[in-house]
Amino acid sequence: MKRHLISAADLTRGDALLILDTAEELAHLADRPIKKLPTLRGRTVVNLFYEDSTRTRISFEAAAKRLSADVINFSAKGSSVGKGESLKDTALTLEAMGADAVVIRHGASGAAHRLAGWVRGSVLNAGDGTHEHPTQALLDAFTIRRRLMARRASTAGARGTGLDGLRVTIVGDVLHSRVARSNVLLLSTLGAEVTLAAPPTLLPLAVGSWPCAVSYDLDSELPKSDVVMMLRVQQERMTAAYFPSVREYSRRYGLDAARMARLPGHAIVMHPGPMNRGVEIAAEVADSVRSTIVEQVANGVTTRMAVLYLLLGGTEFPATGVAQ
Amino acid sequence: MCAASNPVAGRDGLAVLDAEEIRRALTRIAHEILERTHGGDGVILLGIPTRGVPLARRLAARIGEFEGLDVPCGSLDVTMHRDDLRLHPARALGRTDLPPGGVDGKTVVLVDDVLYSGRTVRAGLDALNDLGRPRAVQLAVLVDRGHRELPIRADYVGKNLPTSQREVVHVLLTEVDGQDSVMIGEGRRP
Repeated sequence: MKRHLISAADLTRGDALLILDTAEELAHLADRPIKKLPTLRGRTVVNLFYEDSTRTRISFEAAAKRLSADVINFSAKGSSVGKGESLKDTALTLEAMGADAVVIRHGASGAAHRLAGWVRGSVLNAGDGTHEHPTQALLDAFTIRRRLMARRASTAGARGTGLDGLRVTIVGDVLHSRVARSNVLLLSTLGAEVTLAAPPTLLPLAVGSWPCAVSYDLDSELPKSDVVMMLRVQQERMTAAYFPSVREYSRRYGLDAARMARLPGHAIVMHPGPMNRGVEIAAEVADSVRSTIVEQVANGVTTRMAVLYLLLGGTEFPATGVAQ
Repeated sequence: MCAASNPVAGRDGLAVLDAEEIRRALTRIAHEILERTHGGDGVILLGIPTRGVPLARRLAARIGEFEGLDVPCGSLDVTMHRDDLRLHPARALGRTDLPPGGVDGKTVVLVDDVLYSGRTVRAGLDALNDLGRPRAVQLAVLVDRGHRELPIRADYVGKNLPTSQREVVHVLLTEVDGQDSVMIGEGRRP
């Protein structure tokens, strides 16, 4: 493992499997009377959130606390950022307070990478602009593996197995989605075949160089998908008209009950949240037994615990202060 | 053939216990557990990964043979409770697998292959503390090689093996290594 987790591309297949297997063991913690381990006692994790977030921030906080780390929450609202403090100065302040890890969510792509050059601790990217969100991809891979690979594996659980041969279709606003990019990179590293289904206007220009297939027709992809991952239409990042109307988008790329019925019997429906019910996903689909949306949240804590343990649990990395 | 009194040099050092001796030691420990716990009532065996787990299973099978008693058997991973985590890169976790019913009110016998500094057992006691409140905790090891760094002792010992701290003891088990033997070899030169 590298010292930081900035991009899903930093993870080799071996790294990714180590994280998933560690998460698999940590998942049992939720069933125990004392849901806490002493492993990161005395370490400090700073949650540095420049963008709104519910589940990611709470998830990282719960993960760090279950490993006994001290957590400092920082949100840009109500801080000196409002007075014009730069990311670098904020980072140096945190550095002076002795943060062993900084979890950063920022609206600018590349913010996590820049931060990694300024602080001594590990940097975990919790979403930077439209770039990446690697822990979301890890928890998605973990959820897929638990649901679909555990029954294929002969021995107990899915330990050590990748996602080889699974077909994953990622649907919707790929252009603005850091979740899509991280998932394409990670899921293909783990052996899954990823297809992006989106209107041409919502695909990035460089999509040809991504390790995935592209389709403009969702209906033809559904019958051969093991996993359908719906993306949120990110109105707040849209600076132009990418589709004629929400209703038309929903007609062609929204997942409703009729479309869900065309999936194979074992297929699952995922959504990274927050959902726009009635836009990209219909309420009856979101609440169906195929939906893993609530499971994804629970798995998020477990997966982030695994990442924090593997980055902070062992020897401290030599303090070079240089990225990676 | 290669009895402790007549060690044979192998690839990994000298063999000090062969398969037959390991079998006899486990048989004796199984009898001692039954004796000390008055018939094995309320006993559960928890192996510490990696090699404590197959040893715990073998002990449970032995006790089943002798008394027809079905002793619950599981594993207890101690990695997250170790005191030397920061001296190594983060390591992969082993499996913690408790028998149904948990550890509350039971006599837990921790099973490991080698007892050395006692630090693994200390971590095991801490891990157990988070899982419930056993009535009593005992310790069974195949080899006690001495050099304790903590006030910990074993209740059941397969073989006491006086060693120097420079030496390394390897326990090989069929389930993990394809053969049963205990080897002692020269460690790295200080």
